[in-house]
Amino acid sequence: MSAKAKMKQVFDRPKSLKDVPYHYCPGCHHGVIHRLVAEQIDAFGLRESTLAAASVGCSVLMYDYFDVDVVESPHGRAPAVATGLKRSRPDSFVFTYQGDGDLAAIGTAEIVHAANRGENITVVFVNNAVFGMTGGQMAPTTLLGQVTTTSPYGRSAATDGMPIRVCEMLSTLEGTAYAARVAVNNIKNLKKAKAALKRAFTYQTKGWGFSFVEFLSSCPTNWKMSAEEANARVGKEMADYFPLGVYKDVRAN
Amino acid sequence: MARRVMIKGNEAIAMGAIEAGCRYYFGYPITPQTDIPEYLSAAMPKVGGVFLQAESEVAAINMLLGAAATGVRAMTSSSSPGISLKQEGISYLAGSQIPGVIVNMSRSGPGLGGIHPSQGDYFQSTRGGGHGDYRTLVLAPSTAQENYDLTMLAFDLADKYRNPVMVLGDALIGQIKEPVELKSYRKKPKEKPWALTGAKGRHGQILKSLFLADGELTDHNWMLAKKYKSMEKEVRFETYRAEDAQLLLVAFGSVGRILRTSVDILRDKGKAVGLLRPITLFPFPNKAVRQAADKAKVLMVMEMSTGQMVEDVKLAAECACPVDFYGRPPGSIPTPDELAKEAMKIWRKRGLK
Repeated sequence: MSAKAKMKQVFDRPKSLKDVPYHYCPGCHHGVIHRLVAEQIDAFGLRESTLAAASVGCSVLMYDYFDVDVVESPHGRAPAVATGLKRSRPDSFVFTYQGDGDLAAIGTAEIVHAANRGENITVVFVNNAVFGMTGGQMAPTTLLGQVTTTSPYGRSAATDGMPIRVCEMLSTLEGTAYAARVAVNNIKNLKKAKAALKRAFTYQTKGWGFSFVEFLSSCPTNWKMSAEEANARVGKEMADYFPLGVYKDVRAN
Repeated sequence: MARRVMIKGNEAIAMGAIEAGCRYYFGYPITPQTDIPEYLSAAMPKVGGVFLQAESEVAAINMLLGAAATGVRAMTSSSSPGISLKQEGISYLAGSQIPGVIVNMSRSGPGLGGIHPSQGDYFQSTRGGGHGDYRTLVLAPSTAQENYDLTMLAFDLADKYRNPVMVLGDALIGQIKEPVELKSYRKKPKEKPWALTGAKGRHGQILKSLFLADGELTDHNWMLAKKYKSMEKEVRFETYRAEDAQLLLVAFGSVGRILRTSVDILRDKGKAVGLLRPITLFPFPNKAVRQAADKAKVLMVMEMSTGQMVEDVKLAAECACPVDFYGRPPGSIPTPDELAKEAMKIWRKRGLK
């Protein structure tokens, strides 16, 4: 037996991802988060029963990468669209993939009420503290003092309010069954993110109700940072204001 | 024999939807259409369907979008201000070619307006209503019976063209109570290979309206434009005592209904007056209007608005005969006598004999 034949393959592209290059900027976390979600779709054997609601923002093109059925949603409306998907096909696995401009600004009503109804869906929320696709404008999650193209003097609490902590807010709702905030800026956090997604998938597949995973994500292009600097910012500034952890897990133990 | 029942116009819509196999309804309370969600909240669970009271009109149309994307028949209903809010979703339905039925039991505006019957949503309904270059099929019932029948037809047309279909009534059409024959729906549902049902043994399917590649959006819009053109074969209209009419009245929905009596009043006086009532507002019965313009001496459009459909009638008539107009903003429902008098003014002004 040759040495080559003995080698065991330990890493591959998830089957739920298409074999195409991402359009995302270098250092952006969308690619990593896509992969983590696709890994769970594979692990739970859901590729052929998944229905996804894409949103508006950088990840609008998620259907170019995920090899599952996807419907495009108007800006912010993915949780309402996902509600329609799940109610009409209760046996499907339904998830939304939304950014902070989409979910925490224009789509605030839809996410709050989908959670409050306890819709048995999974929401993947990617929070990079800016409107990425439109070129780095202030989002509801933009940190205080952060300079963006529409907060050129830095975000001000007096005029713009404080950044919204979505995970904490949704955790107050009875309908939210699982809520966690994770990051993928280092291997340790990435492993926790994997575990949180697995838990969220478990919730939906067991019919336990609304599950929500918030990813703190980098946006090197709009933050005007290198990928490394952006990663560091996620771990420090972002995680300081948006603490990582599991906020709700009603079926724990 | 079909069962005959005495029901409200709004209930006829709800019953027609269930008969046509609609099992998914998403809505929000607003007068004067609230009988529809009220009826369906009780009826849907009995037929294994889903009734969901959404947090907003915006959410309701997007829930419809999600459900209809999986291939099921889904409906939402509202009234004018609520329909304004749904327009974003309707535009996405059109762009992504997802079928759906939207009922507008319109009230008066602009703004909060009032709850009187009004036909002021004609433009909003027939011109797309939301952003982008698209059309919705628009059906305009004038009786509770037509509410029932046209709601069933709306689902067929939506599936046939993969397009949103609007049923446009008003407070009068929704609130009136009259006998309805509950005909059975017998059509076989259309196959929907485009629907999202999970990628079983195939690659993922996408329903979307975003086209970024060079020329892709142009092609998509041309394809849609051809589809809208092909809808012309769905034109429906009704004529009443129109054969020898010198003055042909043109009106839709509630005004079309009132004018039947006005025509009788004028005929009793020996005046050759008739009625043409468009039932499809998009596609508009252009040919029928053009032929009527050749035959009659004068066309007269009557609307419960300050004049919207009159523009389509003028375009369709192509100046073959004069087109007069009487309209009134919402506030009170015109009586057959009042409208007969307005018709007589035009009769005399145009020197008809």
